[in-house]
Amino acid sequence: MSAFFAVIRRDLILAFRRRAEIANPLFFFILVVTLFPLGVGANPKLLQAMAPGVIWVSALLAVMLSLDSLFRSDFDDGSLEQMLLSSHPLTVLVMAKIIAHWLVTGLPLLVVAPLLAIFLGLPEQALGTLLLTLVLATPVLSLIGSIGVSLTVGLRRGGMIISLLVLPLYVPVLIFASNAVEMAGNGLAVDAQINILVAIFFMSAVLAPLPAAAALKMSVN
Amino acid sequence: MNSFAEFLAMGGYGFYVWTSYAISFVVLLLNVIVPMAQRKQLLRELALKQKRAK
Amino acid sequence: MSIIPAPIVRFYHQTASPPFFYSLSNKLLPWLTAIFLMLLGYGLYAGLYLAPTDYQQGDSYRIIYVHVPAAWMSLFIYVVMAVAGAISLIWRMKIADVVLISSAPIGASFTFIALVTGSLWGKPMWGTWWVWDARLTSELILLFLYLGVISLYGAIEDKRTASRAVAILALVGVVNIPIIHYSVQWWNTLHQGPTVTKMDKPSIHLDMLIPLLVMATAFKFYYAIAMLQVAKVEILLREQNTQWVKKLLEKK
Repeated sequence: MSAFFAVIRRDLILAFRRRAEIANPLFFFILVVTLFPLGVGANPKLLQAMAPGVIWVSALLAVMLSLDSLFRSDFDDGSLEQMLLSSHPLTVLVMAKIIAHWLVTGLPLLVVAPLLAIFLGLPEQALGTLLLTLVLATPVLSLIGSIGVSLTVGLRRGGMIISLLVLPLYVPVLIFASNAVEMAGNGLAVDAQINILVAIFFMSAVLAPLPAAAALKMSVN
Repeated sequence: MNSFAEFLAMGGYGFYVWTSYAISFVVLLLNVIVPMAQRKQLLRELALKQKRAK
Repeated sequence: MSIIPAPIVRFYHQTASPPFFYSLSNKLLPWLTAIFLMLLGYGLYAGLYLAPTDYQQGDSYRIIYVHVPAAWMSLFIYVVMAVAGAISLIWRMKIADVVLISSAPIGASFTFIALVTGSLWGKPMWGTWWVWDARLTSELILLFLYLGVISLYGAIEDKRTASRAVAILALVGVVNIPIIHYSVQWWNTLHQGPTVTKMDKPSIHLDMLIPLLVMATAFKFYYAIAMLQVAKVEILLREQNTQWVKKLLEKK
């Protein structure tokens, strides 16, 4: 158990040492959202209708781009191998790394989300739901993403293939999260969508570390 | 359907029906023919390698 | 384990041996081909000629005789890949690895066929080449899942590691497929366009159903044929330095 918190602490300290890099997914998030009005025109009604989907697709892409940092540096300097050889259950260590990763890459997205909601004219009443879906679903994105990263960590240029592996698996999260925000914007109830997101959250929290650990064992050897 | 011409026309939808079947046929045919050709090629290459090794 | 008769258990263990599997494939292929051609012949005849013209869709509905069996196969093959993956990870069976990777391009092809024929069916019905209806959207995502398996296997140099990776990926994918399917269906009911999809007929006339089932069965035999063809190549590649392959080359 102490290994679990030790890994989280270690990863957070390492991330803090390169805190400039923490900003990268954030900037990407903001940039991509900014591209949409530039691409489709500044019609407020159109942007408002697109806002939930645009914000969510951008968040999804931002998380996905940051996934490589989950295992990359540990793989490169041999710490990953050490973790595999240690007596601690690998799934626990993987979970710890995912949590640390989310704290550094997923959680900051929530800070920026209200700004983006303003950019796209998202109704104020949807903001709470937006933040709720981000809190629930960005960890899921990290969890599912960890499977894709662990399968490709041994590859020299695994970047593009990670998107192919992981984006199809992101589809249910995207559908329910963006729809929840849209419904909230219209003042409708979002209980069903939130419940489904909660279920997906628990399912991925329990299930995702297993194939991720198995894939790491296979990738490192 | 009474005549062959009518059969081909498929009630006006001939293009869509026959293109569907044609594409399906080609894709499925390729999935069998390509591995067969690959196998012949591979056997030839391996046989050559074996002769050279002797 | 004792309920299964000993010869069957022995046979199952024998198929795990690559040379046995290779020669078994060669023996089976002529029979599989014969059965496939008979089923295909009857299925096409019944579907294109015998089955009556549809009241609403005219003769364009006949596309279902390739579209629906292809869609069924695209799902069936992914499940087979997942089962093969599980067998490979649990029992480290090389042949399971071979079956998995041999099936992937065939499954992807069926998915492609389902998408293309779905478009060709949709164009006369709805006026556009593509609609984001539940089935087509799910098939599109399934195509990406297949491409993921194929790409991942190609990207990893050591093929034994690659086999384990795609085994894990196939299992992860198969768990996600029902979730994706359900969420896409849910999404589709929200954003229902002005046209309602007519692809799912609630009840189907027996004369129309029989060719469909015959084609579906024919496609299963086709899958076995195509998969074994790819598997033979894969086995030769993996086993090229073994004695039995060397003997095989000498015989030719």
